[in-house]
Amino acid sequence: MIWINNISKRFGKLQVLDDVTLTCNKGECIALIGPNGCGKTTLIKTILGMVVADKGDILFNAKSIAKDVAYRNQIGYMPQIGRYPDNMTIGKVIDMIKDIRHSDTALDEDLYNAFELHKLADKKMSTLSGGTTQKVSATLAFLFNPDVLILDEPTAGLDPLASEILKEKIISEKNKGKLILITSHLLSELEDLVTQIIFMQDGRVKFHETQHTLKEQTGEATIAKAVTHLLKAGTYE
Amino acid sequence: MNRIIKFVFFDIIRNKIILGYTLLLGILSWGVFGIEDNITKGLLTILNVILLTVPLVSIIFSTIYIYNSSEFIELLISQPVKRKRIWLSLFNGLSISLILAFLAGAGIPILLYAPLRIGIMITLSGCLITAVFTAIAFLSSVSTRDKARGIGVSILLWLYFALLFDGLVLFILFQLADYPIEQAMIGVSMLSPVDLARILILLQMDVSAMLGYTGAVFKEFFGSGMGVVLASVFLVLWIAIPFSLSLRKFSRKDL
Repeated sequence: MIWINNISKRFGKLQVLDDVTLTCNKGECIALIGPNGCGKTTLIKTILGMVVADKGDILFNAKSIAKDVAYRNQIGYMPQIGRYPDNMTIGKVIDMIKDIRHSDTALDEDLYNAFELHKLADKKMSTLSGGTTQKVSATLAFLFNPDVLILDEPTAGLDPLASEILKEKIISEKNKGKLILITSHLLSELEDLVTQIIFMQDGRVKFHETQHTLKEQTGEATIAKAVTHLLKAGTYE
Repeated sequence: MNRIIKFVFFDIIRNKIILGYTLLLGILSWGVFGIEDNITKGLLTILNVILLTVPLVSIIFSTIYIYNSSEFIELLISQPVKRKRIWLSLFNGLSISLILAFLAGAGIPILLYAPLRIGIMITLSGCLITAVFTAIAFLSSVSTRDKARGIGVSILLWLYFALLFDGLVLFILFQLADYPIEQAMIGVSMLSPVDLARILILLQMDVSAMLGYTGAVFKEFFGSGMGVVLASVFLVLWIAIPFSLSLRKFSRKDL
C-alpha cells in the first residue's frame, strides 16, 4: 500500500530522516515509536506531502505521491497538534473539509456523535481546549472512511473516556482491514492495538518487526519491556 | 468560484480593516471631488494618495493575512488539494477582495467625476497596483517563516517602491546628466510598478509637467498609445513574476 524508498530529509544541519525504507501493507496496524525528535512526525508529514523529501520517493498504491494529490483522498490524518483557523467554528471547519473532499463514500460520523461535537458546533476553534481540538482532528481523520489512517499521538490530551472511544474506533477500523499508522509514547496503550512495530532513532529505522516476533525474540510479555530489552542489548544494530 | 477562494473572500470582506480601507478611500475621493472644482487638480491629488496608500495597504494586509492563514494552509495541505490550487486561491481571494474594496471606495467617485477615459485608466491602474503588491506580499511572506521579518521585508519593499525609487532615479539623473540616458531611463522606469502606474495615468491626462522625468521621456519615445500598452504589459509582468516565484517556493516549502 505505501512504499517508502530511501527517503532522506535535512532541516539545515539536522538530518531528520536518513535513508528510510519501509513497506506498509493493507490490514496492518503499525506503531511508529522512538524518542522525541527521531523523525516520526517528519516521516508522517512526508507521506502526506506536507514535507518535501530531499531524496528518495514514496509510492502509494504503486503511484508516486510527488505528482498526484488524489491519493490523499484515501488517507485520514490526525495531527499531533491540530492547527485550525482561529475564527472558524467547529461546524464550519468540518463543513469546509467535507466541501473540499466532496467524497462519494458515505460519511463515518461515529466519532462526531460519540464526542458529541454537535453540541459544540458553534464554538470557535480559538476557544477550544487542547483535548477538544484533538476530538475535532480525530473526527476529521475518520470522517471520510479512508483506507489509510495516520494518527500522530492520537490520545495525547484526550480525557480517559474520549481516549477509550478513540481506541475502540481504531480497533474497529483495523478489523475492517485498513492500514493504520500510529505514533505514540504510551507503549502500554498500543498493546492491544498494533500488529507491527517500527522503532526509529536519529532519523533511521532501527527495526521493523511484528509484535509477535518481537515478543518471541525477547521473551518479554509486553511491548514496552520487549523494546527496552532490545535497546539495552543493542541487538538491533 | 471555487470553494477556497470563496472562503478566503468571505473571510476578508468581513474584516474591519478592509472596511476601514474602503471608507478611507471613499471619504478621500468624495471629499476631494467635493472641495476641488478643477477636476484635473482633484484627480492629481487622488492619484498621489492612491499611489501611496493602495500599495501600502495591499502589501501589508496581504502579508499579515498569509501569515495568519498558516493554520488554514496546513489544514488544506493534508487534504487532497494541490499546493498550486491553495496558493492561487489565496491570491485570487485576497486580490479580488482588495480590488473590490478599492473599487467601492475610490473607483465609484472617480468614474463618476472624472472624464471617462481617464477615470477608467485610474481605476484600472489601481486594480493592477493592488494585484502587484499582493503578489509581492506573497513572495516576501513565503520567503521567511518569521512573521516579524516577513512584515519588515514588506514594509521595506513598499518604502522602496513608493518613495525611495523616485529619489534614486533623480539621483542617477543628476549624476549622469551629461550623457544621453533618456532611453536607459525608460528601462529604469519598468523597475517600479508605482512609476509605471503613474505613467499609465498621466499619459492620459494633459499634464506633462506632472509626468516626472521618466514619464516625459516615455511619452516622447512611445507616444501615448504605445506607451499605455507597454506600461500595462509591464504591470501585468509585475503581477506574474513575483507570484510565480512565490508559487515555486511554496511548492517546495515544508509545513
